[in-house]
Amino acid sequence: MVAGVWERVEDGFDTVGMNLAESILARASGRDQVAAGEFVMAEIDLALLHDIFAAQVFDLLGEVGVNGVSDPDRTVVVIDHLVPAPSTAAAAIHQRIREHVSRLDITAFYDAGQGICHQLLPEQGHIRPGDLIVGTDSHTTTYGAFGAGGTGIGTSDMVYALATGNLWFRVPETIRFEMTGELTTGVSWKDVILHLTGRFGADGAQYRAIEFTGSAVTDTDMSSRLTVANMALEMGAKFGLFAADEVTDAYLRDHGGSGCDPFKPDVDATYEAVHEVPLSELQPQISLPHEVDRVSPVGEVEGITINQAFIGSCTNGRIEDLLVAAEILDGHHVAPGVRLLVAPASRTVLGEALDTGVVASLVEAGASILAPGCGPCFGGHGGLLAPGERCIGTHNRNFIGRMGSAEAEIFLASPATVAASALTGKITDPRELS
Amino acid sequence: MASDVLRGRTWRLGHDVSTDVLSPGAYAVDPVEIRKLHVLESIIPEFASEVEVGDIIVAGRNFGCGSSRETAAENLKALGVACVVAESLSRLFMRNAIAVGLPALICTGAHIAFDDGDDILVDLAAGRVINTTNGVEIPADPLPEEMRRILASGGILAVLRNQVEA
Ligand code: SF4
Repeated sequence: MVAGVWERVEDGFDTVGMNLAESILARASGRDQVAAGEFVMAEIDLALLHDIFAAQVFDLLGEVGVNGVSDPDRTVVVIDHLVPAPSTAAAAIHQRIREHVSRLDITAFYDAGQGICHQLLPEQGHIRPGDLIVGTDSHTTTYGAFGAGGTGIGTSDMVYALATGNLWFRVPETIRFEMTGELTTGVSWKDVILHLTGRFGADGAQYRAIEFTGSAVTDTDMSSRLTVANMALEMGAKFGLFAADEVTDAYLRDHGGSGCDPFKPDVDATYEAVHEVPLSELQPQISLPHEVDRVSPVGEVEGITINQAFIGSCTNGRIEDLLVAAEILDGHHVAPGVRLLVAPASRTVLGEALDTGVVASLVEAGASILAPGCGPCFGGHGGLLAPGERCIGTHNRNFIGRMGSAEAEIFLASPATVAASALTGKITDPRELS
Repeated sequence: MASDVLRGRTWRLGHDVSTDVLSPGAYAVDPVEIRKLHVLESIIPEFASEVEVGDIIVAGRNFGCGSSRETAAENLKALGVACVVAESLSRLFMRNAIAVGLPALICTGAHIAFDDGDDILVDLAAGRVINTTNGVEIPADPLPEEMRRILASGGILAVLRNQVEA
């Protein structure tokens, strides 16, 4: 796979250690060694398109005079944002995408209702450690949970990538977060990434890769790693990377794959900065309107009333997240006047939630279960807010106007905090309910 | 085609100018002729009508932050903006700017060195920004050759067209 320390010794190369981002781009560009700041032309392992941009990209491809994609098997198309189609225009776009997909022989096509791209690609075994993955979606960083270099690109770059199978990249500098200690009860990895975003700012990792390392990361489950890598983008990161280890291997085997070898940074790899992040004192965190990096401990803003609570999105719509929420809501009912919306990240997640009784608990507590997909996350449809309303959600962005009215307010928090707040009708530290 | 040295009048913007401001969602699916009329309208209502071909934007930190929408860069180019100079640029905006053929340069210190309407000279290859109104010169990160080559072709699709025809 990718050159690790031992492999370099075997090969007898006299090279300098590489971090994960450098290893990924070196392999993809067919080089023994690359260093931060260099430009490379790299081969793309996987290209992801979703329903907001896919039709436009495929149209452009034709306009440039290219009649096929360079490798249909490395192209994945997902209809997830406008699901089920909320307008005739959206339905027509979906129709065009289906035509393109069949014309271009793309078999990895997930039609409306199967789930969010960033959930489906891991779940359906498309992601391998060390891969270089581009998507017409900023949260393509999510695949860093597997040690894959996932990053967002625009439509023109995607046309080039699909036509040629290659794309230029600047090898990024890498910031390493050394996570130590243990999270206390009621605190999750969503709180960790919100805390980091608040501490380092929305451009704290601009152009850079982040490596999440340290003793606290070792036992972290894949669901949490996906949450963290997903929101690395909210710090401006190009990649948000975890080393691939036994947890990665087990996940890949559980999802129909063949497992993987460890993929780690070289021991003598270099970093632009290393920050220690102790976790044992961390409290539940919340991002306040209208900036993701306006972060405060939940305890400091408790009592603000809410109208809507949303559990879902590619950040926190997995079964682990729904389980946490169901545990808090089971046997209770959401506060009068609160609308609780739950959008499972995929149909598989919805199935697991049915099997485990999670759906029953949530529905009895007053939740509306939405179709697997992005749901109200980006304000495209369903669950929009009126002027003056407040929503607390498990998603990743709270920019002004993202979920309907520009005069509405969006708060971002963990599934536990969102469930606790739905129950009381006001922003609530989940540790107070237990 | 595109030159490495650009000279024009500046529009000075603030920090964190997002893709929502550069390409408002309400016009997301409209053609560029419509979209460009709404660039920056929530912060500078007269921008689209008063900007002239060759004008240069000087902005603060994190210019172009937000989504992957390429229309943010495309709209500016369609209005004739010759270059964006910013304290820092969002990665996706930078990529998209190069992809559509709009030069974008990172220049720490540019923001405080300019008043709205000052005359600016930008040397992309050398990494130099000069306020020709008051003579202040500020070093910038030179734009790497790889990016300048894409810009010289007119963007990544033009590069692709040349490859397809070759
Ligand atoms: S769930 Fe939200 S953030 Fe994730 S892909 Fe969908 S719209 Fe984007």
